[in-house]
Amino acid sequence: MRQVGLEASEVSSILRTIHRMSDITDKKQEQDVAMEGGEATAGVVAEQTIIAQSEEEAQEEEEDDEEEDLDKEKIKILPQATSEDGTSASFQIANEDHTLGNVLRYIIMKNPDVEFCGYSIPHPSEDFLNIRIQTYGDITAVDALKKGLQDMMDMCDVVEEKFTQKIREM
Amino acid sequence: MSNLVGIEYNRVTNTTSTDFPGFSSSGENAWDVEKFRETFDIQISSLTEREANFDLVHVDTSIANAFRRIMISEVPAVAAEYVYFLNNTSVIQDEVLAHRIGLIPLKADPDMLTWIDQSLPEEEKFNDENTIVLTLNVKCTRNPNAPKDCTDPKILYNNAHVYARDLKFEPQGKQLETFANCPVVPCDPDILLAKLRPGQEISLRAHCILGVGGDHAKFSPVATASYRLLPHINITQPIKGELAEKFQKCFPQGVIGINAENEAFVKDARKDTVSREVLRHEEFEGKVKLGRVRDHFIFNVESTGAMTPEEIFFKSVRILKNKAEYLKNCPIGQ
Repeated sequence: MRQVGLEASEVSSILRTIHRMSDITDKKQEQDVAMEGGEATAGVVAEQTIIAQSEEEAQEEEEDDEEEDLDKEKIKILPQATSEDGTSASFQIANEDHTLGNVLRYIIMKNPDVEFCGYSIPHPSEDFLNIRIQTYGDITAVDALKKGLQDMMDMCDVVEEKFTQKIREM
Repeated sequence: MSNLVGIEYNRVTNTTSTDFPGFSSSGENAWDVEKFRETFDIQISSLTEREANFDLVHVDTSIANAFRRIMISEVPAVAAEYVYFLNNTSVIQDEVLAHRIGLIPLKADPDMLTWIDQSLPEEEKFNDENTIVLTLNVKCTRNPNAPKDCTDPKILYNNAHVYARDLKFEPQGKQLETFANCPVVPCDPDILLAKLRPGQEISLRAHCILGVGGDHAKFSPVATASYRLLPHINITQPIKGELAEKFQKCFPQGVIGINAENEAFVKDARKDTVSREVLRHEEFEGKVKLGRVRDHFIFNVESTGAMTPEEIFFKSVRILKNKAEYLKNCPIGQ
């Protein structure tokens, strides 16, 4: 979701340089400190620009964090069932069932780079969907999953388009 | 690989899809939107206010099934969820009547409401954006003008029967304007809710909110949403004369025709119910093969009346897309 331009350490070193360059008000310092753990956009030289950006990004980051807190539970990778190179992995998706699981399985299996894809609902009383992806090694399982989701969206667009066209023709 | 599911006397064969890369030497089978756009087809056979019949052709079961499942349990609709009784002296209990009111399909556009925030306390939960208020106030009285020898309670008493149409919409706040052209009414006004006798009275307020069929069937926008696979009949050896007539009788009317040479031919396989009656008769053994086309889905969607069936299908497609989009944007946690 985020575009990270620089590593956190790089960011803080840039900021330290700026601190040395000029006197910065306490308020701005606070914001910069808040930013040290986060991210920044690369290649900015002018001090004012950086500060303006840091203000914006501090705000953005807060929003991101809130959103991520909600989203983080949606899909998880299962580390015990994941290979080190990431070419095979299992994911657990919350609040989904066969509706999404079976379509996703079908469309991921249609990817020539994927060796195996399967899904299961481990327990009927728990609202979880487990999906396993093993690739031939050219792409990672996460890539295969993302491609599958994109293909699914494209497929839905085609269905919608076609249905609209047929309804109009009537 | 044939795309026919074989239907035999006591089993079905060739049921799983095999259109995957690396499965067969012929054909690529990799996902390709452009190819899908070319092959995929929709044929609409009939479309009315309440019911639609259409075919999805060249699409996998998993996809057709997802649309069906979403139409039933994930397309939002409006139904009564909270019923506040001011008075109920009828013989039907509060909770039973509340349940019956909940099940009444309402002509209310779900897009005009927002979702209720379940975390709020009840007094803050409802506002004019997320709730529709219906009231029911009926009192049963004697009809002084009824003929003396009359035994029909409908004539003897006023309001002896309470129907869905007695539920009155009470627009709240800005709903006076937004719902001016589309007041909320029950889709079917003649649903019997309760029976009363003189002196009995019902007075209540129902709060109708958005929900999904997965939570409760009353929120499902469809009465039925189902598909079947297109039947396929293959006559492998000619069937003639008297046998042809018997053959014809093994199928529903209009499925099998008999031509000028007294030979049976398949007139309209779509009408077949695939009862397998023909497979019970020895004389047809080896002469006919029954099957279903694996990627031809005949959908039947019957709406409860809040939305048109085509709108429900549209929404199911969008919901599936949104699911994928949302998941794609979610960070993958540990």
